Amino acid sequence: MTLRLDMPEENLASILGKAFGNRSFLAGFAITALVAAVALVSFLWTPYDVTRLVIADKTQAPSLAHWFGTDHFGRDILSMIMVGARNSIAVALVAVGIGVGIGVPLGAFAAARGGLVDEALMRLNDLVFAFPALLSAIMITAIFGPGAVNAIIAIGIFNIPVFARVARAGALAIWQREFILAARAAGKGKTLITLEHVLPNIVTLLLVQGTIQFALGILAEAGLSYVGLGTQPPMPSWGRMLFDAQTRMVVAPWMAIFPGMAIVITVLGLNLLGDGIADILDPRSRRRR
Amino acid sequence: MPSVWTKQDSGPVTAMTAYLLKRLAIAFATLVLASMVVFAVLEIIPGDPARLMLGMNASADQVELLRNQMGLNAPLALRYLHWAGGLLSLDFGRSYTYSVPVIDLVRERVVVSLPLALIALALSTLIAIPVGLFSAGRHGRAGDTIAMGAAQLGVAVPNFWFALMLIYLFAVWLRLVPAGGFPGWGAGIWPALKALVLPAIALALPQAAILARVTRSALIEVLNEDYIRTARAKGLPYRAVLWRHALRNAMIPVLTILGLQFAFLLAGTIIIENVFYLPGLGRLVFQAITQRDLIVVESVVMLLVAAVIAVNLLVDLSYAVVDPRLRSRP
Repeated sequence: MTLRLDMPEENLASILGKAFGNRSFLAGFAITALVAAVALVSFLWTPYDVTRLVIADKTQAPSLAHWFGTDHFGRDILSMIMVGARNSIAVALVAVGIGVGIGVPLGAFAAARGGLVDEALMRLNDLVFAFPALLSAIMITAIFGPGAVNAIIAIGIFNIPVFARVARAGALAIWQREFILAARAAGKGKTLITLEHVLPNIVTLLLVQGTIQFALGILAEAGLSYVGLGTQPPMPSWGRMLFDAQTRMVVAPWMAIFPGMAIVITVLGLNLLGDGIADILDPRSRRRR
Repeated sequence: MPSVWTKQDSGPVTAMTAYLLKRLAIAFATLVLASMVVFAVLEIIPGDPARLMLGMNASADQVELLRNQMGLNAPLALRYLHWAGGLLSLDFGRSYTYSVPVIDLVRERVVVSLPLALIALALSTLIAIPVGLFSAGRHGRAGDTIAMGAAQLGVAVPNFWFALMLIYLFAVWLRLVPAGGFPGWGAGIWPALKALVLPAIALALPQAAILARVTRSALIEVLNEDYIRTARAKGLPYRAVLWRHALRNAMIPVLTILGLQFAFLLAGTIIIENVFYLPGLGRLVFQAITQRDLIVVESVVMLLVAAVIAVNLLVDLSYAVVDPRLRSRP
């Protein structure tokens, strides 16, 4: 049994108590849970089949039968938004996974080694940041072909330096702490210290960044699909629905309004959730209150 | 005595020069690396530009001849040096699809994209700084909550959807501005500006929301400092403290975000110009990508990357202008 000096001073109960008192967290959690639930339900049930085209029902205004109206092929917009949620979440989540999976080890490694390795990795970061993310994502999907998988890779690549930077900054701060000195005195190597002491202490930082990148990923996927480089039809995606809506704004504005609102609500929920988590777990903001 | 003074005088200057030189060197190295990446990426793309230009019916000999003429058969390193040297002298080569020098295409387009990005940046700043000041001044009160709620919403809005909503409201419904297209600056300043108003607003508002949040939190951080309390204690009115002391000290994070936003705005023009059918750089690069006009793609991408690096360098340098403490730091 090793003495865990790096345990957070608070227990789970007090964190939960704080969470219930945080409006931003509660609202964000509720919205995110709702979107996730809608996406899950879409696997089992949607009001209408999104693959069936009913030309007789095309561009119908919102009604009791079709709450959000129908598109130019007579597909139910609500059903398409439900299936689109699944798609948006999957793309953004895997892209965050790529960023965390590659970026965090890189950042932690740079912080542990310091010196030239650190400098080289940070310059590499600068290099990636010099390319406007959306521009490169468009290039990548245009070169390797449009589609959800390439969109995930394109968005994921730009999450790598973000997480590397956050992990490095967080890890550098942890490396200054006394319990690291104690661990080194106990003869632990840098890898072991990173795994046992550094990473557990930067999880909250990564969680907050994760929600931000998740939200940005959803926006990026929508943007790519909107210009025709993301998820391909017939798979419904929010960005693609907006593309279809653009030329039909005058006759069927609901085709543009509802998918856009789905994006706004999802991103809003994730951002509120991230803000809430940061508020609850950040000792600095606690002191400020 | 004099030696002490000269030492104190030259100290900050040399530190400043060293800082400037280091930032310049890093910017240049990043630019060179970026050019290698762009060149390498486009090198591995499947598809022969010569074949693309001549069409599927051309014979292998014809294609080979054109490849030689275009210099596509030269060794890789040589082609890179030739290309990079061309970039430096603004000779980007000829477009495969338009058959005109790329620089001419860029010159035509940049007069749309640059004003658009600058108007958007100005709009974003003009909205964000006052909102940030307003919110920070009312930290925790109703005005702050409402303003930050609106900012939270603004951050979540995709700019292209916002653009569609603006078109619907102002172009389709109210008929105040055109729904898209660009008459050219030759048609007069006013019609041209009118065509750029909606795209600029669509680009600016989501960025303004981010900037307002950053401004507010930077200000709140600064307002908790001791020197602010001192300034208040000596009788300075709150407004003066906010503007003269707090805003200036909060500028560093605000400038950082402004620099980043320029990159976002440049990239944002790609999508926004497509929404509004504006003949700008973004639309040019997007069309070039779909038409595999690689020379245009690599030139425009390099221009945008160079712009981002230059702006980030400017931001780094402006830190020193805004914050005198940085000037004396090594």
